Amino acid sequence: MKGWMGKIKALLVFSALALFLTACGKDNLTALVPKGYGAQSSMDLIILTTVVMSFVFLVVIIALVIVLMRYREKKGQEDYIPKQVEGNQALETVWTVIPIILVIIMAVPTILASFDLADNSGASKHLNVKVTGNQYWWHFDYENDEFQTSQDLYIPVGERVYLNMISSDVVHSFWVPSISGKLDVNPENTNTLYIEAYEEGVYWGKCAELCGPGHSLMDFKVIAVSKEEYEQWVADMKAVDPEEVPQDAVAAEGKELFEANGCMGCHAIGASPAQVGPNLTNYANRTTVAGVKEHSKDVLVQWILNPEQYKPGNLMTGKYPELSEDEADKIAEYLLQLDATDITPESAGK
Amino acid sequence: MSIAATQKRSFGAFLWDYLTTVDHKKIAHLYLFGGGFFFLLGGLEAVVIRIQLIKPENDFISAGFYNEMITMHGTTMIFLAAMPIIIGLMNAAMPLQIGARDVAFPFLNALSFWLFLFGGLLLNISWFTGAPDAGWTSYASLALDSPGHGIDFYIAGLQIAGAGTLMGGINFLATIVNMRAPGMTYMRMPLFTWATFITSVLILFAFPALTINLFLLMFDRMFGTAFFDVALGGNTIIYQHLFWIFGHPEVYILILPLFGLFSDVFSTFSKKRLFGYTAMVFATMLIAFLGFMVWAHHMFTVGLGPVANSIFAVGTMAIAVPTGIKIFNWLATMWGGSVRINTAMLWSLGFIPSFTIGGMTGVMLGSAVADYQYHDTYFVVAHFHYVIVGGTVFGIFAGLHYWWPLMFGRILHEGMGKLTFWTFFIGFHLTFFIQHFLGLMGMPRRYWVFLEDQGLDLGNFISTIGAFFMSFGVIVFLINIIYTAVKGEKASADPWDGRTLEWATASSPPPYYNFKQLPLTRGLDPLWIEKREGNGKMTPAEPLGDIHMPNGSFTPFLMSLGFFIAGFGFIYQTDNSLWHIALFGGMAFALGCMIYRSIKDDHGYYIPKAELEREAD
Ligand code: HEC
Ligand SMILES: [Cu+2]
Repeated sequence: MKGWMGKIKALLVFSALALFLTACGKDNLTALVPKGYGAQSSMDLIILTTVVMSFVFLVVIIALVIVLMRYREKKGQEDYIPKQVEGNQALETVWTVIPIILVIIMAVPTILASFDLADNSGASKHLNVKVTGNQYWWHFDYENDEFQTSQDLYIPVGERVYLNMISSDVVHSFWVPSISGKLDVNPENTNTLYIEAYEEGVYWGKCAELCGPGHSLMDFKVIAVSKEEYEQWVADMKAVDPEEVPQDAVAAEGKELFEANGCMGCHAIGASPAQVGPNLTNYANRTTVAGVKEHSKDVLVQWILNPEQYKPGNLMTGKYPELSEDEADKIAEYLLQLDATDITPESAGK
Repeated sequence: MSIAATQKRSFGAFLWDYLTTVDHKKIAHLYLFGGGFFFLLGGLEAVVIRIQLIKPENDFISAGFYNEMITMHGTTMIFLAAMPIIIGLMNAAMPLQIGARDVAFPFLNALSFWLFLFGGLLLNISWFTGAPDAGWTSYASLALDSPGHGIDFYIAGLQIAGAGTLMGGINFLATIVNMRAPGMTYMRMPLFTWATFITSVLILFAFPALTINLFLLMFDRMFGTAFFDVALGGNTIIYQHLFWIFGHPEVYILILPLFGLFSDVFSTFSKKRLFGYTAMVFATMLIAFLGFMVWAHHMFTVGLGPVANSIFAVGTMAIAVPTGIKIFNWLATMWGGSVRINTAMLWSLGFIPSFTIGGMTGVMLGSAVADYQYHDTYFVVAHFHYVIVGGTVFGIFAGLHYWWPLMFGRILHEGMGKLTFWTFFIGFHLTFFIQHFLGLMGMPRRYWVFLEDQGLDLGNFISTIGAFFMSFGVIVFLINIIYTAVKGEKASADPWDGRTLEWATASSPPPYYNFKQLPLTRGLDPLWIEKREGNGKMTPAEPLGDIHMPNGSFTPFLMSLGFFIAGFGFIYQTDNSLWHIALFGGMAFALGCMIYRSIKDDHGYYIPKAELEREAD
């Protein structure tokens, strides 16, 4: 029958594509190539459950194919009445007991892994970062070391980092697929997630809980650098002097414009408490503008002129005086000269 | 009131007939066309979503509008398309399957329908002023944050439609408990009737959770309470719990009736008794029971802790056992049978691999730690479309082809039916299979855009192409309906060599009183038994006598209209207190209808024995 050909062809195409795409997936974004502790735990269970369930699927498909090959109504035998079977105790027991065993095989490792990933008893011995989810950006407060960043989270590779997460508005969800599964960022309680990256790199993170129009643009990065680089970075970040006036005349003018136009009210540079918008310390070394856009001067100028064009619904649009292109240019120049350290995303050996 | 006379009527009389009907068979038509309309609307929304995602950073629609689109797509498909169509099928077949003349409360049945329709219309009117945009789950933190009245429309619309569903569930329960024909014991009921019974229990216990949750949200948004307002000491996680205490049973409400239907179809078209009938019944009950125990698997990433996550993980995986029993029993039913593959059967056969994949990913999602990766990504989107489309929608199509003769007296065109099946089936797998991988490759759900250069382009493109295939299939189906209405083959009373009582009436569709004399059931598959062991006809369980029938009524329509008007009042009274007029006026009107209905004696009417004798068998 033509239909069957179509079905088989479609199946072949699916499997080929599936293989192709599995191999693909963007490195440091895909969960299919785990590079961290949590992601690895999840991956182990993904593989286990996929294998077990594929076995069940195979049995079903084989039975279905046999039925379709052997028990179709035959031409000229439309009046044939098959034997009316009520059931079969033995068979029905088999297909009850075997699934129970399969469930146990999957359940035990699941429980063990659940407890393992929720075990935060080591938190006091490790680095802790307070993470705040905001419509549509992420804030990172290195509480022990008393400095803050936004959007780019630097961590030492191969070490556990405890993230204590809370939301300032609606529910968000913190997800860095290559390093760890997700955990919700709730407004009412602090959730703790520990992450550990196995390799240096810049990892993509995403918000995974619908949080408004900007939800799909609430990306962030986790940047895993060597322990030495991390320590250097911390030292540099702590040494930032927010009052420092840039040498460059244009940038200095930009700083004044930044202060005059109320940017300071929402954006901190250094350790000011302002937290309505992202902390802009060390802005020269950001991976992206607003978490998603290419980190270039052009984009930054455009952002300052009209953030709405890049991120619909963001909470900066319309909250500051209209700026001329020239003014935006100067502010951008200033922000791009906020270069506190030599430890950059490139240090993570991207 | 004879059949010949009812065929030549003016359009006005036809309309009035449907506006006032309390006949379960006509209410089934209403549900099917009401639900069908919303299904097309929801499908259109789906296509818009897929066009937006055909390429990276597309700007076909804006971000805010996109969120409205996904919210309305989900809400519409679940509450206004799938459930009403299922309830339509239940109305069409269940009373006949138990040998009854109607449901227990025909008036209530009509009220259920009109509440659904007015609730659905209310919700969709929000398109003109700003639709809800917090997802079909409408989680409290975001729902409270959402500006405008979209969420208020969601609350009012669902509250009204939900009341109708709850009444429908109670009605079906009362019907099955009380109105089975002589000999139709519980363990002789067809699986579809069993599924209707169990589903109604689910509705009875699950919908109140939704109702309460919507009330709390409504108070927070409209009357200044703070159940979910964290700044004032509220808690948003309670919303999530209440939502899923309703929401998880809801997915079983969507699938169990079709499990029942597939059981009937497999058995009929294999010419074999259902394999392991008792096991099938108890498996259905077990699934329903466990369905109430697993809601927090939707919340594995909320941070409930390892104990809760483990318990809910094990419970979730356990559901695979009764589900597996059902799938193997279906296969065993066909095994050794004489399998006739027509369109109804094609959909049922297509269901097996499709739903098995959905069940398979369901177990995978149940593994809590694995779910930390799947949750809220396209993997989940793929999973629930595999169960809801591959299970529910396939089942609905199977049911429509199977019962079309019962409902409309004609057989749907087989050729077009098969074309619909193949395009829809292929399109469905194209659309959703790839999404499992998109999710794991880092694409969260409810994303207005995905970024360039993240390896997500090809998968999304394929997915969109698949959606076009599915749309094509649906369009062919619409043409099929029109063609069948005009030129379709007329059906006999028993076109499929059926086994159950819905095929034992005098004609297709059955006369308005269903059975002249209630049939006597002698075992499972009563009609089949009479065909093999008797004279091919049901033995009457009662002498021919007058038949008591309910009168039609316009009150259900008016009552629902009152709630509809009150709905606007609730929504807009926060802007302007003049809207209190609509609020109180609508409520008073609905209440007035209730009082009228309670006070006025309506004893129905009798079809005299003489008239029944005149009508040929
Ligand atoms: C009402 C508070 C507010 C004001 C005033 C404000 N911003 Fe913002 N800004 C925000 C918020 C909120 C975001 C985060 C937007 C998002 O990603 O959703 C943001 C983002 C940014 C970003 C991108 C940060 C990143 O992580 O890449 C830059 C740059 C920026 N603002 C510059 C400015 C400048 C310059 C001004 C003054 C002209 C200004 N902002 C005024 C709230 C404000
Ligand atoms: Cu978010």
